[in-house]
Amino acid sequence: MNALRKHVIQPILDCWSLLVGLKITGKYFCKPLITVHYPRQVIDSENLSTYGGHVELIGMPKDPATPKCISCMMCVTNCPSNCLKVVKSKAPTPTPEQEQAWKEAEERGEKVVKPKAPKFPAKFMYDYTLCSLCGTCIDNCPANTLRFSSNIYWVATSRKEMHIDLLARLREQAAEVSAPAPKPEARPAAAQKEA
Amino acid sequence: MNEFIQNLIPLVIAVVGSMAWLAVNALVLVYCERKFAGHIQRRPGPFEVGPHGVLQTLIDGLKLMGKQLLTPDNADRFLYWLAPILSMIPVLLLFMPIPYGPVLTGMEVDLGLLLILAFSSFNGLALILAGWGSNNKWGVLGAARAVAQTVAYEIPLLLTVLAIAFMTGTLNLTEITAQQAGHIGNWFIWKQPLAFLVFLVAMFGETNRAPFDLAEAESELTAGFHTEYSSMGFGLFFMAEYGYMVVICSICSVLFLGGFHGPIPGIEGWWWMLIKTYALLFLMIWARWTFPRVRFDQLLNINWKWLLPLATFNLLATALIMKL
Ligand code: SF4
Ligand code: SF4
Repeated sequence: MNALRKHVIQPILDCWSLLVGLKITGKYFCKPLITVHYPRQVIDSENLSTYGGHVELIGMPKDPATPKCISCMMCVTNCPSNCLKVVKSKAPTPTPEQEQAWKEAEERGEKVVKPKAPKFPAKFMYDYTLCSLCGTCIDNCPANTLRFSSNIYWVATSRKEMHIDLLARLREQAAEVSAPAPKPEARPAAAQKEA
Repeated sequence: MNEFIQNLIPLVIAVVGSMAWLAVNALVLVYCERKFAGHIQRRPGPFEVGPHGVLQTLIDGLKLMGKQLLTPDNADRFLYWLAPILSMIPVLLLFMPIPYGPVLTGMEVDLGLLLILAFSSFNGLALILAGWGSNNKWGVLGAARAVAQTVAYEIPLLLTVLAIAFMTGTLNLTEITAQQAGHIGNWFIWKQPLAFLVFLVAMFGETNRAPFDLAEAESELTAGFHTEYSSMGFGLFFMAEYGYMVVICSICSVLFLGGFHGPIPGIEGWWWMLIKTYALLFLMIWARWTFPRVRFDQLLNINWKWLLPLATFNLLATALIMKL
């Protein structure tokens, strides 16, 4: 019985599976194309949302030009490719008058509140040429301020251009949001598909 | 003398026609293959050159011709360059005895089937010369692989063809077509279903098509016997492969699908032959983009453990039935 199964039934089932395979590819053959012809069409935002481009910062809800980053260095420590560089902000250097005032206050026995260093980083550099897009930085960020961008049409002609200043990028994005977005020249793919 | 010339003229026309037919087919099939692959993967395929990329293969061909012809160091020059030519020339001959229509037959040969089988074996020789002449270990290994495959798959192919020959009592392809005249029920696919299946599978193996394309596997393995070939050296092998595909699909439609006879009596003509051949060709392309490549031992196992016994059984059964 076992031999019958092994030598007769199984091969027939195997052959049947070949036909099933043909059916599947045949079905896909008949389905509409999903590739976007890039220069004529652009990717619609729905598809862009699933695209994982380089890492970028997320701004505060109220102040989109400032990141939610708390300079904890978790992303830098966890990045396997060592492509992030965060420089903590320093407390503002006090002017001589301020210093004088603090000294006097301390002598009087009052409690002095010196301005603390701001939490957001002074510098946030990112080397896209090294990044493996593993997402470890995103997962480890306690402040949830990192994400993959949907920056799909970005090209650079040299390695240097791939070293991105993420803070500057965030400021640019914030400025873009406040200004009306320029109309894209090519129509989105979805619109063209319907036409 | 006069008669000689009278015989010669159609032959020359047939040869030129075959050449044109081969070139057109190669262009069209490469385009179709890429489009088909594209659509299965839901992308457009060639798109930029000409409307929907129809001129793409033509341009690719021109590019291929413009490339430099290189002979590897210490290669056997003669064998090295003989191989692609040897692969290409017999294909032209193979088109001769195939009846494409009631009058559209290059050359009436009584032993047409035998001629095709004999000359298609030249391909094996071409492959081994290519591998051997290249002075490249991958070339030699690839050639060994390719020859092991083509020789192995030729046997079941021969046996199924033999079964048809037993049944019809002739090797003349025109005669075989004639015996299938009338309606669809007369086609030999109904009388020889097993032979048809074996032929279909052996067809893939014989033409080095996926899933049996271990002889080449251009993109993944080192390309095998044509590793060293550049430009039109490779181009000729490539064209020959498509030529063999067309030939074997034409033979399949002549042997099993009634050749140029239509499914209902009365309508017949070369277009039927064309439709059937192209349907088979599309099946081959379809299969290529569906199935993963088999391993080499699996490839040989399929042949020796399944196709060969089945073909032998079929032949013996045919002989028995014919005798009774
Ligand atoms: S995605 Fe991975 S490699 Fe890239 S910056 Fe984040 S942790 Fe580093
Ligand atoms: S981006 Fe996130 S993980 Fe990195 S320093 Fe800022 S808060 Fe910490």
